[in-house]
Amino acid sequence: MTDLLYGEIEDDLRAGLRGMLADHCGWQDVLAGTEADEPSDAALWSALAGFGAPGLAVPEDRDGGGATWRETAVVMEELGRVVAPVPFLTCSVMATAALLAADDELLPALASGERTAVLAVPFGTAPDAPLPDVRASGGRLTGEVRDVADALAADVLLVPAQDALYAVEAGHAARAPVTSLDMTRRLGDLAFTAAPGRVVATGEATVRAALTAGAALLASEQLGLAERCLETTVAYVKERYQFGRPVGSYQALKHRLADLWTSVTQARAVARHAAACLADGDADLPVAAALAQAHCSQVAVRAAEECVQMHGGIGFTWEHPAHLYLKRAKADALALGTPGRHRATLARLLDLPPA
Amino acid sequence: MSTAPPGADELERRIAAFLAAHDPARTERTAFLRARFDAGLAWVHFPEGLGGLGAPVALQHGVDEAFRRAGAPTNRPEANAIGLGMAAPTILAFGTEEQKRRFLRPLWTGEEIWCQLFSEPGAGSDLAALGTRAVRDGDSWTVDGQKVWTSMAHEARWGILVARTDPDVPKHRGMTYFVCDMRAPGVEVRPLRQLTGEAEFNEVFLTGVVVPDEHRLGEVGEGWRVATTTLMNERVAIGGRAAPREGGMIGVVAGLWRDRPELRTPDTHDELLRLWVDAEAARLTGERLRQALAAGSPGPEGSAAKLSFARLNQEISGLELELLGSEGLRHDDWTMRRPTEVDFTRRSPGYRYLRAKGNSIEGGTSEILRNIIAERVLGLPGEIRVDKDVPWKDLPK
Ligand SMILES: Cc1cc2nc3c(=O)[nH]c(=O)nc-3n(C[C@H](O)[C@H](O)[C@H](O)COP(=O)(O)OP(=O)(O)OC[C@H]3O[C@@H](n4cnc5c(N)ncnc54)[C@H](O)[C@@H]3O)c2cc1C
Repeated sequence: MTDLLYGEIEDDLRAGLRGMLADHCGWQDVLAGTEADEPSDAALWSALAGFGAPGLAVPEDRDGGGATWRETAVVMEELGRVVAPVPFLTCSVMATAALLAADDELLPALASGERTAVLAVPFGTAPDAPLPDVRASGGRLTGEVRDVADALAADVLLVPAQDALYAVEAGHAARAPVTSLDMTRRLGDLAFTAAPGRVVATGEATVRAALTAGAALLASEQLGLAERCLETTVAYVKERYQFGRPVGSYQALKHRLADLWTSVTQARAVARHAAACLADGDADLPVAAALAQAHCSQVAVRAAEECVQMHGGIGFTWEHPAHLYLKRAKADALALGTPGRHRATLARLLDLPPA
Repeated sequence: MSTAPPGADELERRIAAFLAAHDPARTERTAFLRARFDAGLAWVHFPEGLGGLGAPVALQHGVDEAFRRAGAPTNRPEANAIGLGMAAPTILAFGTEEQKRRFLRPLWTGEEIWCQLFSEPGAGSDLAALGTRAVRDGDSWTVDGQKVWTSMAHEARWGILVARTDPDVPKHRGMTYFVCDMRAPGVEVRPLRQLTGEAEFNEVFLTGVVVPDEHRLGEVGEGWRVATTTLMNERVAIGGRAAPREGGMIGVVAGLWRDRPELRTPDTHDELLRLWVDAEAARLTGERLRQALAAGSPGPEGSAAKLSFARLNQEISGLELELLGSEGLRHDDWTMRRPTEVDFTRRSPGYRYLRAKGNSIEGGTSEILRNIIAERVLGLPGEIRVDKDVPWKDLPK
């Protein structure tokens, strides 16, 4: 069985990060950022780089932290708790996983946070879903890819084209920003017209590894988000009085929050299992990642929806953080495959075919 | 009224005569609507002289359809939901003859938009805790306080207002219901932005606002009873709107399913059909509710209608995003605007998903509606109340 607990290093990492994020990623800043022109928070990204977060899972001889995906998952949890507008999932998890699989020369720059790269696929792409249709000819790429997460924040685009993965300097692509449901992780549309690319790896395995790593660790972000929504809501229903009582004294709310807590504890086990499988190269990884997405997506959405509902009118306003969580949770549920898509994957992996 | 209320045939005859006398193509919009009101063909279940003919409410849909087919201008009900759905039935039930004559016609024609000044920062679900004060001064009242979440206050000519007139009695007994002139000095409306980016609702600050006593609706101290009528009607208005099959949110997703075969999966197919069944059951229940209703007196069934409306809107809009996948991650617009109506169909799926979250909060939360059904319909014992018999002024604030 995988180790499902947090170790001392992870606890320390979490404590340090949480303090740093409290200073650098307050929700008012995140909210203001959703209406700014910058596609992500560059100052926060530098602070994370100062912390060594982007390269945690990269070996030391590639300028990384020499830790594992388990520690990286803790970073995901903490970033999920504050809906941080940084390309950590897309660059430090997915692109990094691809480059690690290929042992690519870009690794050190990504590990240090000096450069950012993202995988040029629609953000809704599940690990086993078809890839976009980009053509490659003589090292030049042509085609369009829509709905790419953090596309505008990236320096390098990792583009699957025909039977290889190419690295393309972002300046060689036409990039159009997309008004996104989750403005803390914005999408962009990409167009390549004979854009020069360098082959990073051949075959599809590298891309699939990146998508699977993304799905496995996105669950930790969803866990952090759900946990934060639960905490915020519990605190609110204790202090909000109606009919002369805290609204949290009504079983209609109390029981739902108890159920939510139960779901969050399960999300933690499921997310930890996925992170451990990824870290250990465990054979259960495809199942663990699909399970994590099928389960944690729904827990995060429910937590954010309950957060809005139990706050009443105030939870429906722009000037309260609940909506940032709701938009991120729903976007995360669509990202890297919907829960339904992941259930279908499980059906295939577990030999439970449809009727 | 000397004769029996008109049936469908008689209404049809009157509509034909009306249209012959008022060619929709050549009559100015407001003039047309006023004339329709005066002919009793506005809300046919209202009494004669007040826009109706005392006809069964179930015939209204046919009347609206006949006018639609004739290309007649509508009174744009979507822009005055609070006026039509809540203020009008309350005025009908509690207003004086003079108030009914003054307010109902411009309300129906849409010349005057209405808003609802009920909720306060400290009084949402517990509306009866409200603290906005109205103090009598001869023939008028002076109102001071703050309202919140006031939808469309920025468009409104009038507001239905509940205020505290006697702080010395238990909270339900010390309130009075007024019609507030939104242009009166001392009324300040500030936009309040919501999670969709725009500001349908507002904060309304009332500072020394003078309300003439002739704008009081119901007796002094009867505000709770009047407000309850408004709220019952609100729930029917939100949840029990007449609609054809697939007329609501389900129609949007059903359309998407038919138009976009590439989005279909077995999983979402099941979900779509499950929601289709629920939506159609809710629609027929609303239809049945309307057939049973007389004007101005909906019962707690309205709460059930609103409860299922909210759940369905939320689940269906959630499914729409899942169906769309990556495409569902795109949004249309976050700009801060002050809309004049709520329209679920003309915006992006993300807007629908987010706006539907308000459906289980506005007009009484789903939790409160369940309490109403449990206690008023099923007769289950209420929660232990610590505040019911305490004078309002002694309640912890
Ligand atoms: C989009 C929108 C439009 C609105 N428009 C208007 C308007 O035009 N005019 C107006 O006056 N108001 C309006 N409202 C306000 C609305 O009526 C209130 O928000 C609602 O009644 C809830 O009150 P609250 O926000 O204070 O939440 P609270 O009452 O504080 O509720 C917080 C949570 O506690 C729960 N709760 C409270 N009491 C109980 C209980 N006894 N048992 C179980 N659970 C309980 C609630 O269900 C909720 O989940 C609008 C609200 C929204 C969202």
